[in-house]
Amino acid sequence: MRTLIYLLIGIVFGITMFKSEAASWYRIYEMFRFDSFHMYGIIGTSLFFGVIVTQLIKRFQIKSFYGEFIKFPPKQKSFARYAFGGILFGLGWALAGACPGPMFTLVGAGFSPIIITILAALLGTFVYGLLKDKLPH
Amino acid sequence: MDWIYEPWPWYVSGFMIALIMVLLIMVGKNFGISGNLRTICSICGGGNKADFFRFDWKTQRWNLVVVFGAIIGGFIANQFLTIDTSVAIDPKTIDNLQQLGFENAGNTYMPEKLFSTAVFSDIKNLSLLIIGGFFVGFGSRYAGGCTSGHAISGLSNLQLPSLIAVIGFFIGGLVMIHLIFPLLF
Repeated sequence: MRTLIYLLIGIVFGITMFKSEAASWYRIYEMFRFDSFHMYGIIGTSLFFGVIVTQLIKRFQIKSFYGEFIKFPPKQKSFARYAFGGILFGLGWALAGACPGPMFTLVGAGFSPIIITILAALLGTFVYGLLKDKLPH
Repeated sequence: MDWIYEPWPWYVSGFMIALIMVLLIMVGKNFGISGNLRTICSICGGGNKADFFRFDWKTQRWNLVVVFGAIIGGFIANQFLTIDTSVAIDPKTIDNLQQLGFENAGNTYMPEKLFSTAVFSDIKNLSLLIIGGFFVGFGSRYAGGCTSGHAISGLSNLQLPSLIAVIGFFIGGLVMIHLIFPLLF
């Protein structure tokens, strides 16, 4: 039953990524050129609702649908990993024109070359795992 | 009902993304897609090579189901909910892409140059897809999240680390588009 809920959430997410055009390479390129409000509108709207609901859940200690306490694990305090990791991610995001969510959406939409990008992203994740202890965090 | 076939406006799209994040929180999970890349590395035996992949990946099975749903969602949206897949990008972007050798920018959902099957025999553009993917995978794990985990979930929770990461995303993206792209195309 819960698996079905995750699947439905994922399906709605995939449809949203495609129909919002956030999965289009062109929209990402246009965003980094500041030529359109579209992507900023999407991120801004989701943050508007996201911040309100997240703060309400924390303030009123709202429980999950299953009656469990909702935990928001705080992110590890650091600068280097977020700055360096973030910049590397940004370089890839702009070049491939897709972040991880849209990558999977595009597989379903039938753009087979994105599978190469996903395999490369898995390789990148694996190499990070190998080098993790040698990198500044 | 014709509106369903049109691209969704930004405010509908943004609301839906927030809704997806909230639904995941309310079922006791969180919204973060790139963690799945680590999980898949674990399933493929990555734990034999690095401690980072030695964890109980079964606890992350729910997130793999979300990603599987995203694939189905992409299929449904493209097959049944879209008639015209062109993307109405700004004319300034179209002109700029034209100069870089991208023909008919915006007429298709993705540029033919990089995402038609012809790319499989085009070493240069294929390499760009590989390098782009590699940086996404490496960078998202190094930063501990991607657009969903940091830009949406982390910023919604007012996390300073996520703000640093998102500023990093934009520095990287701006450098790629404005400084490196003119050298590549």
